[in-house]
Amino acid sequence: MSEIGENLKQLPLGDWHRSLGARMVPFAGYEMPVQYEGVMAEHIWTRTEAGLFDVSHMGQLQLIGEGAADALERITPGNLSALAPGKIRYTLLLAQDGGILDDLMVTNTGHHLYLVVNGATKHDDIAYLQANLPDGLTLNHLEDAALLALQGPKAAAALAKLGIDPAEPEGPLPTDLYFMEAGPFLWCGIPLGISRSGYTGEDGFEISVPAEHAVALARALTDLEEVRPIGLGARDSLRLEAGLPLYGHDMNPDILPVEANLSFALSKARREEGNFAGAERVLAQYPDKAATKRVGLFVDGRQPVREGALVVDDNSATIGNVTSGGFSPTLQRPIAMAYVPMELSQTGTAIIVEQRGKKIACTVADMPFVPHQYYRKPKQ
Amino acid sequence: MSRYFTDEHEWVEVEGDTATVGITDYAQEQLGDIVFVEVPEVGTELEQGDDAAVVESVKAASDVYAAVSGEVIEVNEALEDEPGLVNSSAEEDGWFFRLTLSDKDELGDLMDEKAYKAFVEGL
Repeated sequence: MSEIGENLKQLPLGDWHRSLGARMVPFAGYEMPVQYEGVMAEHIWTRTEAGLFDVSHMGQLQLIGEGAADALERITPGNLSALAPGKIRYTLLLAQDGGILDDLMVTNTGHHLYLVVNGATKHDDIAYLQANLPDGLTLNHLEDAALLALQGPKAAAALAKLGIDPAEPEGPLPTDLYFMEAGPFLWCGIPLGISRSGYTGEDGFEISVPAEHAVALARALTDLEEVRPIGLGARDSLRLEAGLPLYGHDMNPDILPVEANLSFALSKARREEGNFAGAERVLAQYPDKAATKRVGLFVDGRQPVREGALVVDDNSATIGNVTSGGFSPTLQRPIAMAYVPMELSQTGTAIIVEQRGKKIACTVADMPFVPHQYYRKPKQ
Repeated sequence: MSRYFTDEHEWVEVEGDTATVGITDYAQEQLGDIVFVEVPEVGTELEQGDDAAVVESVKAASDVYAAVSGEVIEVNEALEDEPGLVNSSAEEDGWFFRLTLSDKDELGDLMDEKAYKAFVEGL
């Protein structure tokens, strides 16, 4: 068991989690809830009802000023200058050699760019952004904002019960947003930034709320019959089923976007311009010239393979590694993500994983393992 | 017949020269939903402190160390199909394996039920 250190920072909802009987663990420098009633039950609840996640450890940043999108494009491969107001894009923060420093969501609010970065990397990200963005831009760290995620097939119906209004005349309601859209809203006079997005593969929302109102919002949501609080344990098993990589595990500074199987984040316009950090190295792998690739694995039998287990060839030589692995509550079988040689990355290829001296048979699987249920805008 | 406990949250039930080993109710509650148990093979000679078994929950793998030395003579095959027995009945039906004790003096290193209860309450 890990000790809860006294130097861990507390998040706005810390006492609320404890009052609900959550088991708290250290995570990204904070004390965070890993589970309430149990990972399996919370996972299934999110897939069938609606789960509320506290992700206030994540970094919420504002990038303000003329030319913010152009400047951010120098260190990300996303087509951010073409991002319309109210739209969100997933992108990657790249080191000068093209290695992945973080993955992040960028929203054009119409007034500035709003960035959500990982909790464990946010301070390094801020330093890197400050060093690589022009002086005329302002970078604000919204340390007084909490971030809640409401995820699951009943998330929209639940959110609609709160009586949230558009903050701007003629603005949409939260449930009018499509996947990867965002807007400003008011709840009992409290300003909320709501995005239709998440990290579970389900339909859902991420809600930025002033820290002093976070408990009231969390309580209003969990007072609804269909909403239960969900811990970090189920967040990890949900995102693994959804095939979504986790920074620091499935991606790191030694890995380039194409080998990470994140080529979709290299916008066509940006590939043609080739003017982002590490572009030469990154694009040399595009579209299929990387030596290795992140793939999904189905694991034979019932025993999960875990991060750190090795992918081996018939002679037991190491040819890759598992970066995430666990038991899928939805599929009732173990699943994993691993880096394998490109020639072994086709769906259906047999792979051997070695864990604690034991060889475990696996098969390359399509991701997501469990289909995404995003509320997408109908094709025109 | 007497039951012993370790500070690694294992229980050891001793009957003559035979010991049955499992994890405690406290341990299963800490681990959460158990999805797989890797038990040692029958015939394995375990030294006290060796890796004896692995318990896999949805999220993590945890080692179970041999509380006492001996030769494994039987494993709980029911766990293969129903690893959740460890959650529902950790200290009875969810036992892991049986061994023939090679050094009964090692039992002196272990706690009795009262001492273990006090140990858990102090955590």
